Amino acid sequence: MTTLVQGRNTKVDVATMRESLQQTENTWIKQIRRKGMDHFNKVGFPSGREEAWRHINLTPLRNTAFTLATGEVTPASRAVLSKSSFGKKALVELVFVNGLYAAELSSLTRLPQGVQVMNIAEAVKAEHPVLLDYLGKVVKPELTPFAAINAEFINDGAFIHLPRGTTLEGVIHLLFISTSANADAPTVSHPHVLIVAEDNVHAAIVESYTGSPDAIYWTNAVTEVVVGRDCMIDHNKLQQESLGAFHTAAMHVELERNSHFISHNTTLGGRLTRNDLSVRMAGEYAYAILNGLVVIGGNQVCDNHTLLHHDAPNCPSHELYKHVLDDKAYAVFKGQIYVAQEAQKTDSKQTSKTLLLSGEANMNSQPALEIYADDVKCTHGSTIGPVDQQMLFYLRSRGIGIDAALHLLTYAFAADVTRRITAEPVRARVEDVMAAQHGLPQDLRITDLSAFDAEVL
Amino acid sequence: MPEPLLVIENLHAKVAGSDKVILKGVNLTVNKGEVHAIMGKNGSGKSTLAQVLAGREVYEVTEGSVHYQGRDLLELKAEERAREGIFLAFQYPVEIPGVSTSYFLRAAVNAVRTHRGEREISAPDFLKIVKQKMQLLHMDKSFMNRAVNEGFSGGEKKRNEIFQMAVMDPILALMDETDSGLDIDALKTVSHGADSLRGPERAIVLVTHYQRMLNYITPDFVHVMIDGRIVKTGDKDLALELEAKGYDWIEKELAVGA
Repeated sequence: MTTLVQGRNTKVDVATMRESLQQTENTWIKQIRRKGMDHFNKVGFPSGREEAWRHINLTPLRNTAFTLATGEVTPASRAVLSKSSFGKKALVELVFVNGLYAAELSSLTRLPQGVQVMNIAEAVKAEHPVLLDYLGKVVKPELTPFAAINAEFINDGAFIHLPRGTTLEGVIHLLFISTSANADAPTVSHPHVLIVAEDNVHAAIVESYTGSPDAIYWTNAVTEVVVGRDCMIDHNKLQQESLGAFHTAAMHVELERNSHFISHNTTLGGRLTRNDLSVRMAGEYAYAILNGLVVIGGNQVCDNHTLLHHDAPNCPSHELYKHVLDDKAYAVFKGQIYVAQEAQKTDSKQTSKTLLLSGEANMNSQPALEIYADDVKCTHGSTIGPVDQQMLFYLRSRGIGIDAALHLLTYAFAADVTRRITAEPVRARVEDVMAAQHGLPQDLRITDLSAFDAEVL
Repeated sequence: MPEPLLVIENLHAKVAGSDKVILKGVNLTVNKGEVHAIMGKNGSGKSTLAQVLAGREVYEVTEGSVHYQGRDLLELKAEERAREGIFLAFQYPVEIPGVSTSYFLRAAVNAVRTHRGEREISAPDFLKIVKQKMQLLHMDKSFMNRAVNEGFSGGEKKRNEIFQMAVMDPILALMDETDSGLDIDALKTVSHGADSLRGPERAIVLVTHYQRMLNYITPDFVHVMIDGRIVKTGDKDLALELEAKGYDWIEKELAVGA
């Protein structure tokens, strides 16, 4: 076994990289890996001295020795699957075990004609022309050191190609399951997702990341998204990794004229999570919505860095990130808005709200606006605090006990984000987890503001 | 002999954690079946009195006692008071985004029922009550689908308070400046809704700045509160007198008496 990352100043073990390079005959994949390797060797592991990494302590990740995971389907991975599969609620479900495609666990039978959903290894073998055009070019190794590591070890993942005019009646579910063979041998996987939507595509895609309870592993994911004109793309990321897991992810979206892109980024699990998410509005009237929900406790750490990059005029963007932090949880939200000189009439609104359930929980929320156009509207707001005492008293004055009231208010705080999730299986999954956390009935959608009408009135 | 529901004796209260004393010896007895109006200028302490009775912890009782149905009310937490039949209609109802009015109200009704050892209300029974009370208060059914008070106008919020009060069916209804921010039609509807709670087994205490609400809910007693104390008590004519002459004459009267 070869160590990938270890010790204070170690870069990725050279022998492992050579091994990785030799694993493939494909010169084109070799090129991506070499670029990744070269860049990582140049920049090295992120350091707390760099602005982008200043607020997160990566020492635990750095001090863990990982080996590359293998993709065998085991009883453990089947056990995780049974809890995390969307079953028939997904149109298509691709399952990956430790980053490698597991055909026997996946379900592709309902795939509409013309739409291509396959694993990257297969698409590479077939030398799929769309894959060749974009793989490794949307998220470049320069985006983050972790993206460089991902490129270096690129091997498998999901490739989705949605041709012009596609409308999907249901979600495409990409389910990444991690299991460690044993607790003493933490493993790492580098899943990769490439989504290419041509013009006039309506689709919802879900990426789920989960693992065996308490397993120690590292998921280092990259998601590349290319969206043509007049599209409506709904992207969901549901992170429910084990509480021993490290999760790093880099995602970039290129958005063409008049396309809408909605991201719902939900973090419930993981010991340490770092997401870098950027969207470039490259065409006029493109519209990006970034919604995020982080619900963590214990000693969990989550750091979300987002970038709304306005590169064309007349683009609106909205961002809402909510954090619920319990125990000694720590979270960072850095929301960057970049408005290029040409991007006149940009209308961007960013909101960050944090609920602290414990005096020891800690939040670091910072907007970062960089504006070069002169006719724009950019607003941002941030609140951090405990449960609103007036709301609490109001509920109590109606007979609702203090514990029930706290649960209800916490649930409602988070549900303000979940109710915006349109992919029903995702929303149901997140709300069920939260309802269970708060001892609330699962069948009762507290926030379903249309349920009453349907009943009797 | 009327049966006392609420007995307040020499009640002193201050803002918790500060020296700001607001109630300076309130005495008041409310019997079942009665409607009391407490009037006074802004800052006289009348809203504080309502909140202290409802169990708001930002106020600290430093002296005196409150008995409700013969029990020490100050021993009870806010939610326990509500379950025992006390309802406060807020002066400034709170918005609770994300919680539907229907869920909220059913949770409240069930909290009271569970406390009484009753079963949780069935959906049809709940809907029946809700429908009836909505009609009473001329409310649109869409109210129930909205988050509690979120985006409501001032008038809608007040109407929602009295609607909740009607559904909860309290024994002691405390109304804190329910009339403020209401137009005349809304005032009539809301007052009518509140007046429908009048009955031999319950009591209403309404705190108000103005007399106009008392045209629709005729009080049995009118009390004047000045500087944290009830300084004068009369019948409904006192309210009219206050409306015509203001409060200064009472202050002068007190000064002469002192």
